[in-house]
Amino acid sequence: MAAIQRRKFDTLIIGAGGGGLRAALKLSDADASVAVVSKVFPTRSHTVAAQGGMNAALGNVLPDNWHWHMFDTIKGSDYLGDQDAIEYMCRAAPKAVYELEHFGVPFSRLDNGNIYQRPFGGQSQNFGGDQAARTCAAADRTGHAILHSLYQQNIRAKTHFFDEYFSVDLLKDDEGHVLGALVFNIQDGKPIIIEAKTTLLATGGAGQLYKTTTNALINTGDGLGMALRAGIPLQDMEFFQFHPTGIAGRGMLITEGARGEGGYLVNGEGERMMERYAPKAKDLASRDVVSRAIATEIREGRGCGVNKDHVMLKLDHLGEEVIQMRLPGIRQTCMTFLGIDPAEAPIPVFPTAHYTMGGIPTNRNGQVVMPVKDTPEEAIEGLYAAGECACVSVHGANRLGGNSLLDILVFGRAAANHIIGYLAENRYHRSMDESCVEKAMQRFERWGKNSNKTGEPVSVLRDELKKVMEEHCGVFRNEEVLKEGVQKIEQLAERMKEASITDHSDIFNTARVEALELENLMACGLATMHSAYARTESRGAHSRIDYPERDDINWMRHTLYSFENGLDYKPVRTKPVSVDSFPPRPRVY
Amino acid sequence: MSQLAHISASQLYWRCRRGMLELDLLLNTFVEAEYNSLTKEDTILFSTMLDYQDQFLLDLLLGKTQSPDATISNLAARIKNACHEKFKLQN
Ligand SMILES: Cc1cc2nc3c(=O)[nH]c(=O)nc-3n(C[C@H](O)[C@H](O)[C@H](O)COP(=O)(O)OP(=O)(O)OC[C@H]3O[C@@H](n4cnc5c(N)ncnc54)[C@H](O)[C@@H]3O)c2cc1C
Repeated sequence: MAAIQRRKFDTLIIGAGGGGLRAALKLSDADASVAVVSKVFPTRSHTVAAQGGMNAALGNVLPDNWHWHMFDTIKGSDYLGDQDAIEYMCRAAPKAVYELEHFGVPFSRLDNGNIYQRPFGGQSQNFGGDQAARTCAAADRTGHAILHSLYQQNIRAKTHFFDEYFSVDLLKDDEGHVLGALVFNIQDGKPIIIEAKTTLLATGGAGQLYKTTTNALINTGDGLGMALRAGIPLQDMEFFQFHPTGIAGRGMLITEGARGEGGYLVNGEGERMMERYAPKAKDLASRDVVSRAIATEIREGRGCGVNKDHVMLKLDHLGEEVIQMRLPGIRQTCMTFLGIDPAEAPIPVFPTAHYTMGGIPTNRNGQVVMPVKDTPEEAIEGLYAAGECACVSVHGANRLGGNSLLDILVFGRAAANHIIGYLAENRYHRSMDESCVEKAMQRFERWGKNSNKTGEPVSVLRDELKKVMEEHCGVFRNEEVLKEGVQKIEQLAERMKEASITDHSDIFNTARVEALELENLMACGLATMHSAYARTESRGAHSRIDYPERDDINWMRHTLYSFENGLDYKPVRTKPVSVDSFPPRPRVY
Repeated sequence: MSQLAHISASQLYWRCRRGMLELDLLLNTFVEAEYNSLTKEDTILFSTMLDYQDQFLLDLLLGKTQSPDATISNLAARIKNACHEKFKLQN
């Protein structure tokens, strides 16, 4: 085997979405040498898709403060969020917005010049009182504006980018230190070892696990797969957020902004259905409540269309002018993918897989933590995670709209701050044991020229996986459906071992990339299905028809799933940093 | 330009991987349906288009923005049309 090229940096960041780029900027500005690896060109990361906006209690439109934001986030999380991390995030939010403004993000303005804020689901004043308006947006392209501003700032700060490089696996030594990663150049297929004193995973979510999803094709949970293979458990993977208003049959999102502007849902009987499920918040109740309401209407035969398999989102009463001014993107999307103008006719919608609440367990410094002996959260030296691939956990069992952009920026920055301290104390690279490189290379070469050529095609297994997840681990779950799901996914994982690809070229071999991605998705699927089967309660996005109530006595705890130990649990951090805890209460809207 | 003429199908295919599901659907549908019938000029033009920012490209393909360049507008219309055809069948 020819010698593999090696590069050395202070910090390796895997992922160039908002989380990775925020961390990279802080580090480069602190004169650390930073490598950012991304499988697609950085500004094509999924953060670009975020339209709705980012939460911060600025109080520009209605009275607000961070403590109310904290309450809403904890309540939204169905009391599974860690209250210290949530307090940290909500307090840091206004600063995160002003920093972005400074980096060049053109936030929409009020007439008085202050940043405009729109109401989003799950936001309240005064700890559960009237609707709040907390979401800052740059028209309907907030994610795009954030990503481009951060990318430009990183170019200025001389961050080193490895564009179109795919990260295969983490390199971890026998003592448990993470020393970097094996990556390869998608353009020519050549592997490179990137050695780093600290590594940050910022690879985004795993929405491609489901057949109907809002997520782009790149969201294949690669960081989650890498973590599992490095012996790190994944936390709370049973909590997958389904966005209530995906375009039926297509997956793409109709943002909450549409309901924020006055849109509402109707069932097949023409009834404004959310009045029954959430008398106060109605169509702006939190996502899991709305998703379940839609699924219930359909299950009980009150769906719309020939197959009664969706409900309708009505916007036409808002008038063409409002729709064109406030929701132009939605209008175009509907016209292109459905041939429907929402100014004239309602939009068929169905819950679509949207956000991975679970992920790589971290503390609020972004350090990856796992149980070691009697300690539930011991930090792994040199390894960090931030953004959607991480589980801090600020979203708990259910994320509020507008809290994810906030999460990626606040914890991207927090991780960088901790890394800066770590680098000051750890000035040299640890020596790299060749056996960890060999292990990663084996996985890479598993799909190379000498691999099995007669196994099942990767595309067949991918389609089956997505179908199994949709049918057995979707909005509605019960013992029978999940048990069958566990069997099916275990069988798929076995079949995956013999799968093959026919293209073994080096130049832009997308078949190999897709095979590696499917291995990661399969790992995420196993974690999600097993965690969901075991959790015999309903909490947030995890809804079991056979266990309809939340069970705080037995289940107010985080799930951990690892290849080595299967399922394990750890307590929720219910103690905030400086204020009193919010004890669990029924979550009604 | 001459370099661009050698763009392989797999390279184009990878560059159709974007940050938004809408673009993934539009671009991949087009490549799947029409790659074999693309002329060299079409390929060069398409690859120029793939260098656009995601949000701009989406606006262009959804018709929110027009390109002053007629060849780009025509290609955008072809891409959108390929998508229409596919989804019409599924409606
Ligand atoms: C349609 C849509 C709309 C949304 N709207 C909002 C909103 O309005 N407000 C809000 O708060 N949240 C919103 N979200 C959620 C939010 O956009 C995401 O959670 C967030 O952007 C994730 O950012 P990230 O930095 O963690 O990862 P991403 O932006 O997903 O970036 C991941 C990065 O990792 C790289 N990567 C992944 N795997 C590998 C690998 N193996 N090798 C190399 N690189 C790799 C990718 O190339 C990419 O650069 C929305 C989500 C969707 C789907």
